[in-house]
Formats: sequence, structure tokens, C-alpha cells
Amino acid sequence: MLTVKDLFVRVEDKEILKGINLEVNAGEVHAIMGPNGSGKSTLANVIAGKDGYEVTGGSVTMDGMDLLDMSPEERAREGVFLAFQYPVEIPGVSNATFLKTALNEIRKHKGLEELDAMNFLKFMREKMKVVGIDEKLINRPVNQGFSGGEKKRNEIFQLQMLQPKLAVLDETDSGLDIDALKIVSNGVNLFRGKDNAVVVVTHYQRLLDYIVPDFVHVLVDGRIVKSGGKELALELEEKGYDWVINPEAETAAV
Amino acid sequence: MENTRNKEYYISEFKKTEASMNGEASSSFHQVRKNAISRFEELGFPTIKNEDWKYTNVKQLFDFDFTGGNAAGVTKKDVDALHIKGLNENIIVLVNGVYSEKLSFVKKQNGGIIIENLNSVLKNNPELVLDHIGRYATIDNGFTALNTAFAKEGTVIIIPDNAEVKGHIHILNITGEAGKHILTQPRNLIITGKNTKVNIIESYHSTGSEANLVNAVNEVVVGENSFVEIYRLQQENQDSFHINRTQAVQARNSVFTHFSVTLGGGLVRNDTNILLNDENCTGNLYGLYLTEGSQHVDNHTLIDHAKPHCQSNEMYKGVLNESSRGVFNGKVFVREDAQKTNAYQSNKAILLTSDASIDTKPQLEIYADDVKCSHGAAIGQLDDEAVFYLRSRGISADMAKTVLIRAFANDIFETIENETFHEHLNQLVFEKLG
Repeated sequence: MLTVKDLFVRVEDKEILKGINLEVNAGEVHAIMGPNGSGKSTLANVIAGKDGYEVTGGSVTMDGMDLLDMSPEERAREGVFLAFQYPVEIPGVSNATFLKTALNEIRKHKGLEELDAMNFLKFMREKMKVVGIDEKLINRPVNQGFSGGEKKRNEIFQLQMLQPKLAVLDETDSGLDIDALKIVSNGVNLFRGKDNAVVVVTHYQRLLDYIVPDFVHVLVDGRIVKSGGKELALELEEKGYDWVINPEAETAAV
Repeated sequence: MENTRNKEYYISEFKKTEASMNGEASSSFHQVRKNAISRFEELGFPTIKNEDWKYTNVKQLFDFDFTGGNAAGVTKKDVDALHIKGLNENIIVLVNGVYSEKLSFVKKQNGGIIIENLNSVLKNNPELVLDHIGRYATIDNGFTALNTAFAKEGTVIIIPDNAEVKGHIHILNITGEAGKHILTQPRNLIITGKNTKVNIIESYHSTGSEANLVNAVNEVVVGENSFVEIYRLQQENQDSFHINRTQAVQARNSVFTHFSVTLGGGLVRNDTNILLNDENCTGNLYGLYLTEGSQHVDNHTLIDHAKPHCQSNEMYKGVLNESSRGVFNGKVFVREDAQKTNAYQSNKAILLTSDASIDTKPQLEIYADDVKCSHGAAIGQLDDEAVFYLRSRGISADMAKTVLIRAFANDIFETIENETFHEHLNQLVFEKLG
């Protein structure tokens, strides 16, 4: 579904991604782990189409479509979804209005009929149950005055509402207590299916206890230095990132 | 030089008008006009050397030969399209600055309430307005002087103590005539007694795209324990000029609320002033302006706290696109007597391009020592992070901007209690942004 080939990305004068290769198939969950500053969030933002990143080489495609040639909204309508590390507060725009606008833009693009207020409400209520989000939050301005956990839950609520093909979760576990972590993970697990894919970007392994990945990739200094199955995450948790950054030193010490 | 020529032109026009009057030239009101024209002779039109007009240069006005017009080109259909459904119980229509009986409609009101055009009041009952006209909007610039000198058309609203007005009053000004540049000088007088309530809509529209000049003056007396609300909507074409002066004077326990909405007009200058002239008054000034192209919108406000225990709330918000310009100058005076004053002012603007600009100046002069006054000014751009957030959910870049601009204006919308006007304005804003 998602193919990242030899991707090089700069931010201002600094090279952040230095040749990323990644193949994510439908039905799979991939975890991208790495220390701070390794380029994880850059990868997530480039997939979603955020400004400020200069792609100097390589390609990103989804089902054969060149994502890099598409605007963020076109990507979203084709099924790319980014759960933000820092969801943005938008005073003056209610969550419900925002989601209705977004959902109908996506439906229009797919040639589906727009949902009217009644049907939208019905659909929204179902999804609210899935992530256990309070009706009060739905009628408030987008993310305004939300706690860190509420913001992350709102991201997963949007994921459930918009039902994308590819979900990229950027540090979705940060700032969550264990109960919120379970709820958020449950929302993602219910989303998982044979026709969609999930890329989980995370620093810590603990989210992967709940969202169990099929593959784990370790990103260090703009390169994927190691890939493996879910057990790789546990190994990283135990041995720390130094183990992959500097394996020879580790071996020498043993 | 041009300035002088134009000044003289208006003075000679005044003399011509005077010569053609039968008997009216000896009326008491005509003395008011005569005083005004001699003040105009002293003052002339303001220039940018005048501190209050520093950022708004009116010299473009002298490029046009403004003249009067007739009502023939405006149909009932044109005017009906400008009615605001739900706020159209009483409509006073001025076409090219002249009252149109045919297009106006006033509900039968309770005894003593007067909703009538100024010209007929001056002819039939001048004593109703003589003590008031020119008393509040004192002449401190050439435009007010000129309006007073030529004061003839406009709307008089008089509400006696305890009288209940039926419905809203919409003063609808429509200006324009093919091949002409029209000058209108509406003069409105609104006088309320004790315990009254009135909602007024003052709207300005153009037909055609010729440059016209509207030079309007409103005087508002808010009686004891009364509640007066004015919505001013400026929707003229983008070549037109609009100079608007509104002066309200409040009596004890009264509430005056003014909403200024500027979407149209090429050069717009508003002076919106309140005098809180007795205890326990509330004065509210809210403004929203959305500009594009080369529009220039200047909002000057003055809130004068003359007496103790009053509060004022002021909030102006602007969104400036392309190479449009904004000016905001908010004066708040707290006089020595005005202890326990509570004055709040906020003015914010978003510049959508690097060519758009705004000059903004809060000006607080406080002579009392036990007061709470705050002011804040902020100028910024649309939040790129928020634009991306919306786009990442499938919302187009244009729509994301519209949504965020509407959200920026939301504080103003929240102050509008009248749902019909709220919805009307919402629609106008989306049309303008669309």
C-alpha cells in the first residue's frame, strides 16, 4: 500500500532523512522506533504533506499514486491520515462542524453522497462510543482546552470517523496515562483491518504492548538501521537505542 | 490647492441652496446650517497633517465631481433584496440620499413614537429636533460641518418614555446612478426617553460601480434605563467613499451597543463615539471588517467615561487581504469624576498577505485613580499549523482559510444576541470570503 523508496529530506539546510526504504502492505501494522531527533516525525509529516520539508530524493507512493505530488487535502481524501503528535487547537470551530466538513469533503471525493445532519449525528454517536469520547468535547472548539489525553483521544476519534486507508500515528502515546493509552489503542485496534494499514511512530515500546505491530523498524540519524518482528521492540526496550546505534561497542563489552 | 477649490465649491453650493429656499432660510434650523458652513469654511477637509487623519488621506475625493441623483434607477425589487428577513418590520429607504416614501414602510406605532424622515420633521415639527441636532455630534472636522450645513435628509426616531417600539428599524441607504458620482449626506437623529428599547439597522449599499460619497452623521440619545442597539452594515462598492460619524450620549442605567460591520467601500472612515454621561451605564462597541483589493478602512472610536460606575467593552477585529489597509484608533477617556470605571478594549487583526497593512493605536487617558482599564492589540497571520491540520483532514486550503477566518471573527459573533442578525452576518462573511 505505502511504498517509501530511497527518501531524502531536508529541513532548511539540514539533511534529516537519508535514504528511507519502507514497504507497508494492506493489513499490516508497522512501528517506526528511534531516539529523539532521528527523523521519525519528519517521515510522518512528509507522508501527510506538511510544508517546510524539502524532498531532495526518492519517492513516496500509496497504491501507485505519487503522494509527493499531491496537496495534503488530496492525500487525506485518498485515505492518508496523520494522528498529530501535537494536535492543534482551533478556537471558534466546533469539533462536530469540523468533522462534518472533513467527512463530507472525503465522501464527495469518493463520489458518495454527503451526509446530512441527521445521518452524520448517528454515525458520529457510534464512533464516539468506540473511543469513549464525551459529547461535551464534540461540541467544543477543536482541541481547545482539551487535556493532553483528550487531544490524543480526539485524534483517534477522527481516525474512526474518517476511516482512512493509511493511518500514521505520530507519538500518539506521549502524555497518556495507562487508562487513556488502553482506550486509544483499542480505537486503533478496532480500526485495523485487511484493507488498511497503520504506521506507528513511537519513541517508547509501551504503546506496542497494546497495538501489536507486525514489523518494527529502528530509525537512527535518518536511516532505518534495523528491521524485525515485534520482538525487536522488546529487545530495544531492554537494551536501549545504543545497542543498535553502536552494536560493536555493545558486543565488545559482552 | 485642490482642497481649497473644493471647499469653495461646497460653500458656493450652500449659497445657491440658500437662495432657492422659500422662507425656510429664516427658520431656526437654517441658523444651525449657517453656523455649520462657516465652521466648514474654517476647517476645510481634514488632511494627513491632522493627527486624527494621519493614516487616512481623503484627497482622492477631489478627483470626483460629486452631485445629487434621482431615485428613478432603483426599483422595489432592488430594495427588497436588501431587506433582512426577520428584521424588516420598519424600513426607511433613502435612494441617493433622498427619502423614498414609496420604498419605505413603517408599522403603525404606539402613540408618541416618531419614525419619520428628517425633511418632513423640519417642515412640520422642527421643534422636535431643534434642541438636539448638532448638539451631540459637535463639529470638530470638515465632514461633520458639511453634513450639518446640508442636513435635510435622514431619519428621525423619537421614542417617548416607556413607549414600546414594534419591530426593528432598518435605515437602508442605497446609492448610485449610471454615469454619475453621487454625494449623499444622511443625518439621523435617535432620541429615546426613559425605559425604552430599540434595535436599529443602518445599512449602506451601492447600485453600479461608480464612486460615490456618503457622508453620514448619526446622533443618538440613550435615555435613562433604556437599551439602544445599532448594527451598521457597510456594503458599498469598492470604489466608493464612506465617512460615518456616530455620537451616542448615555443617561443613567442605560445600555448602548454598536456593531460596525465593514465589508464594502473603497475608503471608509468611521468615527464611532460614546459619551457615558451618567452613572451605571454600559457602552459596547464591536467591529468587524474584512477587506481586500485596495480597500482602506479606518475605525476611530472614542469612549468617554464622564461619570462613575460605568463600564465599556470594545472589541474590533479585522481581516485584511491583498493590499488593503486598516486603521484602528481607540481612545478611552476616564475623567476625574469617573471613579469605579471598568473599561476593556481589544483590537486584533489578521493580515493575509505581506502587502496588507494596519496602523493601530490604543489611546487611554485616565484621570481617575480607582478604575480598571485594559487594552490589547494584536496583529498576526493565519496559523499555518491550523491550516495544515484542517487540510490533513481533507479540507481544501481555501476552505481551511475561510473556516479559520470565521473562527477568528467568532468573538464578535458571540456578542450578537440577535439570532437573525447573527445568521445574516454569518452569510455575508462567508460570501465575502468565498
